[in-house]
Amino acid sequence: MPHRTFFWFFFPSGLAMLLFIGLPIISSFFQSLHIEPEQILMEVEKCDPFGCKTETKVDIEATTKLQEEQPLGRFNGLGTYGDRNHLAFDEIKEAWTNSSSIAEFTDILLNLPFYKALLFTLTFCFTVTPPVVVLGFIVALSVNTITKSLKGPTIFGVILPMIVTPLIGSLVLFWMIDAKGILGSFIQFLFDDPNLSLKSSSQLTWITLIIYGIWHNTPFAFVVFYAALQTVPQDPIEAAIIDGASRYERVRHIVIPHLYPVATFIILICLMDNFRVLEPIIGFAAEGVAQSLSWMIYNDLRSENKMLFGSAGATSMLTIIGVAILLTPVLIRTWREFRTER
Amino acid sequence: MKKLLIALLFTFVSTSAYAGGHSPCGVTDGSIKILANEFTTYRIFMDEVKSCAGPSADFSVTHSVDHNKLQVAALSANPAEFSAKLVTNGSITTLMNDNLIRPLNDLVAKYGSALQDNQKIVIDGKIYAIAFMANAQHLWYRESILNDLGIAVPSTYEEVIAAAEKIKASGKMANPYAGAFKSGWNLGQEFVNMYLGHGGDFFKAGTAEVSVNNAKGVAALNMLKRLTEVSNPDFLTQDTNAVKEEWESGNVALMHIWNSGAASLLDDEGDQAIKADTRLAPSPSVGGGSKPATTLWWDGFGIATNTSDENAEASFRALLGAATSTEMANANPNATIWLIDGYSPGDTAGPVVDAANRGATPYPSLPYMSLLHGALSTELVEFLQGNESAEKALADVEAAYVAKATEQGFL
Repeated sequence: MPHRTFFWFFFPSGLAMLLFIGLPIISSFFQSLHIEPEQILMEVEKCDPFGCKTETKVDIEATTKLQEEQPLGRFNGLGTYGDRNHLAFDEIKEAWTNSSSIAEFTDILLNLPFYKALLFTLTFCFTVTPPVVVLGFIVALSVNTITKSLKGPTIFGVILPMIVTPLIGSLVLFWMIDAKGILGSFIQFLFDDPNLSLKSSSQLTWITLIIYGIWHNTPFAFVVFYAALQTVPQDPIEAAIIDGASRYERVRHIVIPHLYPVATFIILICLMDNFRVLEPIIGFAAEGVAQSLSWMIYNDLRSENKMLFGSAGATSMLTIIGVAILLTPVLIRTWREFRTER
Repeated sequence: MKKLLIALLFTFVSTSAYAGGHSPCGVTDGSIKILANEFTTYRIFMDEVKSCAGPSADFSVTHSVDHNKLQVAALSANPAEFSAKLVTNGSITTLMNDNLIRPLNDLVAKYGSALQDNQKIVIDGKIYAIAFMANAQHLWYRESILNDLGIAVPSTYEEVIAAAEKIKASGKMANPYAGAFKSGWNLGQEFVNMYLGHGGDFFKAGTAEVSVNNAKGVAALNMLKRLTEVSNPDFLTQDTNAVKEEWESGNVALMHIWNSGAASLLDDEGDQAIKADTRLAPSPSVGGGSKPATTLWWDGFGIATNTSDENAEASFRALLGAATSTEMANANPNATIWLIDGYSPGDTAGPVVDAANRGATPYPSLPYMSLLHGALSTELVEFLQGNESAEKALADVEAAYVAKATEQGFL
């Protein structure tokens, strides 16, 4: 394709990306460098059904004036990035000097909100993605072999988890795994323990979330693999059959090498998606034991008080950096393959 | 002759309705959009608001348990997404901080002749909200179960735990106690109750400097821990509505939830045997203190700053009509404690009045309290799961609060 054609072809989506992704990122970055202006407090008399008393309140006029002078807030540089609710440099330094063992240091580190969230996010990413790729591939292979008349309904059934909105899907499962729900009581029966509850311990909640993640993401891998399977050349397969290769050998030596680039693509998208996990945490009411980076952003903007734009902006930037780091190895690899193919 | 009679009757009715200044009901101009919490009493109140607004009004209400999470974003927009918000002494502070609700003095002067003085929430000489009900968390128990086992109604949390352990040992119930321990606002509120019950102060007097990491804080946390040990193991996922369901399913014999829960627990739906066995008791004290470990709340409404004067007036009129409706209050005497003139309290009012008499404090309405409540919401979970000491959990709460309060400009 000539460069000129490519440019005009790409221009509309490039413009949309710049407007709706690029500019908001830049804006979040600027916001993350600022904190709210100082709140001016005053003592006032306050009366309610329980009586009158003197209480502290924000002096709205004075504070509004300050806000108008500095609409972005006070410049804080990278201060928000380093505070306790984010990278927590001071706390880590202190923990490093004061802790006697690596285990103690890790304990302190993983008690800090950002690192706690990072641990869950990474665990979720790396335990969900591989099974999704493997399962998606197996399901695609199986669906590919069934008779034509059954294919349609089967495909619909298989991609159902992806069609169901994540929040709804997780809520439905949340009720099913309740101690009195169908899955919850079955598990109690299976392990013969009437007090077993999937919601009560952090480990079991993590496992539930991960299983949900696999259930929800597998259809995506399936769809891509299934489409790619249609492009596998028939000649080498027929040749292999004549040579007496078993089904396993044909898959291992012809199909898998053919689908390899597709698998890289699926891994890339899955890692990126899973790094931003949020809905299942809300749906499973798992905020207490499993927090992700996205959940931290959500919580900063949706807690009971004024929205913490600076804090949310900083976490967003760190998430973007996280995604970039995560994808680098895969991207480098793809680039190398691209070069060698040339 | 007949026509004349009807005309006369009509005049009579309309003059009596207009007797007390302008009548608030029958709104025709402006739109009314209300954001409110989700529980039965609010539903009753909103039905009255809707009927007051009249059939020709542009009326809508959004009930959500996440109302407090939505309020700032929804009311900051200009024009705001909602023209009015049902507020409490907990949520009004956040809206006041950002100047998101407007003074109501003019509207009260025009329409508010039926209001009682204690319904007006006056801050620095201006009316910012109109209260219509009072609420508090207190103890609920199943009479037959306590009687069968010879347990007296607990008046302290130490007795609550002893009673719960006895019920557990008897094999009647596996998890006899329930409280709203869902991680998030509910869990924070449980700590607020228990800490105030121990006589604690959240802040150093007159400053935004937090101080909860002390002996009282540790005692409060340990008491919560002991309560969760006699609760359903899923306690971290149960909010008030989930606890009410547990109660109605007969899984719980003791619980500490809102007085307004009576509206759904004592209605004609659900297991009537459990309803007949449900009793209300004062909120227990704790740690040898005399104050009950609970907080007093008022519920009322505020009108958005960022909405047109026309919408503000329409919303105010409809809400005021309900907030002064003696008929609604007396038709639902047990739904809550109405602050409305002419209301005669039902049988369920006792525990809230008792809490007020025994010196329970209203929920603190300090501008930085919601930040502390937010920190409590997330940082106490690990302690309750047994992964962290009480001191460590409270130190985490303080550190999380300091980071947030610094960013918000309070420190």
